[in-house]
Amino acid sequence: MSTTINRAAPSSSTHGIHLPNPEERAAKKRKARFYDRPGWLTYGLLSAFFLGAVFPLWWSFVMGSRVATDINSVPPVVIPGPNFISNVIKAFQTVDFTKALINTVIISGTIAISVVFFSTLAGYAFAKLKFRGRNGLMLAVIATMAIPTQLGIIPLFMLVSELKLTNTLGAVIIPGLVSAFGVFFMRQYLIDVIPDELIEAARVDGASAWGTFWNVAVPSARPAMAVLGLFIFMAAWTDFLWPLLVLGPKNPSVQTALAALNASGGHTPDYSMVLAGTIVSIIPLLILFLFAGKQLIAGIMSGAVKG
Amino acid sequence: MSTLQAGRGGGGLTFRQKLANFDYKASPYIYISPFFILFAVLGLFPIIYTVNVSLYNWDLLKGQGDFIGLGNYVTTLTDPFFWNAFGNTISIFLLSAIPQLVAATVIAAVLDQAIRASTFWRMSVLLPYIAAPVAVAVIFTQIFNQYGGPITGILEALGIEPIRWGFDVFPSHIAIATMVNWRWTGYNALILLAAMQAIPRDIYESAALDGAGRARRFWSITIPMIRPTMIFVVITATIGGLQIFTEPKLFDGQSNGGANRQFQTIVLYLYEMAFPRRDFGRAAATAWILFLIIILIGLLNYAISRTIASQDIKRNIRVPSRKTVRPNGGLK
Repeated sequence: MSTTINRAAPSSSTHGIHLPNPEERAAKKRKARFYDRPGWLTYGLLSAFFLGAVFPLWWSFVMGSRVATDINSVPPVVIPGPNFISNVIKAFQTVDFTKALINTVIISGTIAISVVFFSTLAGYAFAKLKFRGRNGLMLAVIATMAIPTQLGIIPLFMLVSELKLTNTLGAVIIPGLVSAFGVFFMRQYLIDVIPDELIEAARVDGASAWGTFWNVAVPSARPAMAVLGLFIFMAAWTDFLWPLLVLGPKNPSVQTALAALNASGGHTPDYSMVLAGTIVSIIPLLILFLFAGKQLIAGIMSGAVKG
Repeated sequence: MSTLQAGRGGGGLTFRQKLANFDYKASPYIYISPFFILFAVLGLFPIIYTVNVSLYNWDLLKGQGDFIGLGNYVTTLTDPFFWNAFGNTISIFLLSAIPQLVAATVIAAVLDQAIRASTFWRMSVLLPYIAAPVAVAVIFTQIFNQYGGPITGILEALGIEPIRWGFDVFPSHIAIATMVNWRWTGYNALILLAAMQAIPRDIYESAALDGAGRARRFWSITIPMIRPTMIFVVITATIGGLQIFTEPKLFDGQSNGGANRQFQTIVLYLYEMAFPRRDFGRAAATAWILFLIIILIGLLNYAISRTIASQDIKRNIRVPSRKTVRPNGGLK
């Protein structure tokens, strides 16, 4: 296998040691073009993936707009019915989605702002400021990223009940205020983006340390702050285990409300109502996705984000 | 300039200069302290305290009981239900990780071409990611509804007996793995795509001009070159896969992993110990056992993916150094 590449490198057209005759060249060009221009197979595969990604969401919308018994129809229904709004109203009557949505906006928003702020602050210090113990402390941050959340969940629950925070939004917000991953993410970004000379220059000009952070680091960090905020917001929005443990049915998050809705009818729930509620729970993130999908993709493509 | 020199010399500083120096010395510690203080209280302390809890009889309501040493670990490791949960977790993990990584690699390879409307296609493969695991579980529970739903409909049309997705062990594992695969495949595909796009195009060009076909270029160039990312994706899939909770919890909302525990996972077992049974000591011991399992399987995967993806070809291709950010942790 290795020989192929070794032989190929010197004979490549750009380095032109071996000059092939025009006929040979045309044949090779055709081949190269074949590689560059994707054909029907590519678009066929992409369309198949697209259908696979969209079908479950579309199907649940279709079911959510019909009556529960339509789930048994053969062949499966694929066209929406007229009952979506009435199913959504039923879902809101069964669980308190209004409160759940408000709660989750508060939880996710607070966590995202807090994580972005503290991560930028600490990430900047680790990336650009020199201080004793910097490497050791950074290593500690990285090490903590490998520890699964479940490991501390029992004592954390005891702590939250001790502080009488059970059933309050604080119980969900407080453990999410900082993130080792966020610190690491901001450090990796800032280390390349801000030249050391810029910070030195600000200092020479008499800027305070905070002034340098606020006027030099924060403006440069903005794109990374946006991506980090987006991911933390989504992770908080979709979190289930922890809100399930600390939030009661009277004070739900979107996810616990949806789980309660799913369990509402025992073994014979009103599927149409449940799926209409599911669509409601997805819509806020769907809107976010339509506006910020490019940033989400950029964040994932930087290889740095794993929810 | 003179200010700086004076500052470094140390002598003859005005109060203002001393203040500015102190400002610059202390600031880094002030900037990192919120993270470390909050993390110590909310992250580190609970983890260390878990050791303590795991060594006692500890009831959710009554609190700390007698010290029993490794008793909770022994009880857990000799509990057939724990090993049932372990087997289920591994089975669901394999059924999700392997097809998911294969499909993600294929999608990434397809996207790694000069396709039209690339943003549209990338967004479409990422779409499932915005559906929370709870929503995914609710939707797929209906899709796999054995008394109706599209899959039963299709099987019926093909003349196949309905499969008891909610009751039988293996079919329920397939259904749960499908939920995981649906949500994560596109996400992993984009991470792999990033690695593929960092491969210099002239390597492919040379290989193509040299007569290497599409498949040959894929196996001999793409796969070895994305090895580090592949390892990263495998490790994170392992950590996530072994902690699976939401999907099996909601696949049957009435129980903790099926009436006969046919799809109870380790975290569900932990949950059952902690809450319905109020045995925090057992739950804490289970948490530590799970942690050790994650580390062991993570190391095993690392070793396997190194062997599979490593080829001597790598040494023969000069790659321009590029920045790679590869954390291996979750968001929290």
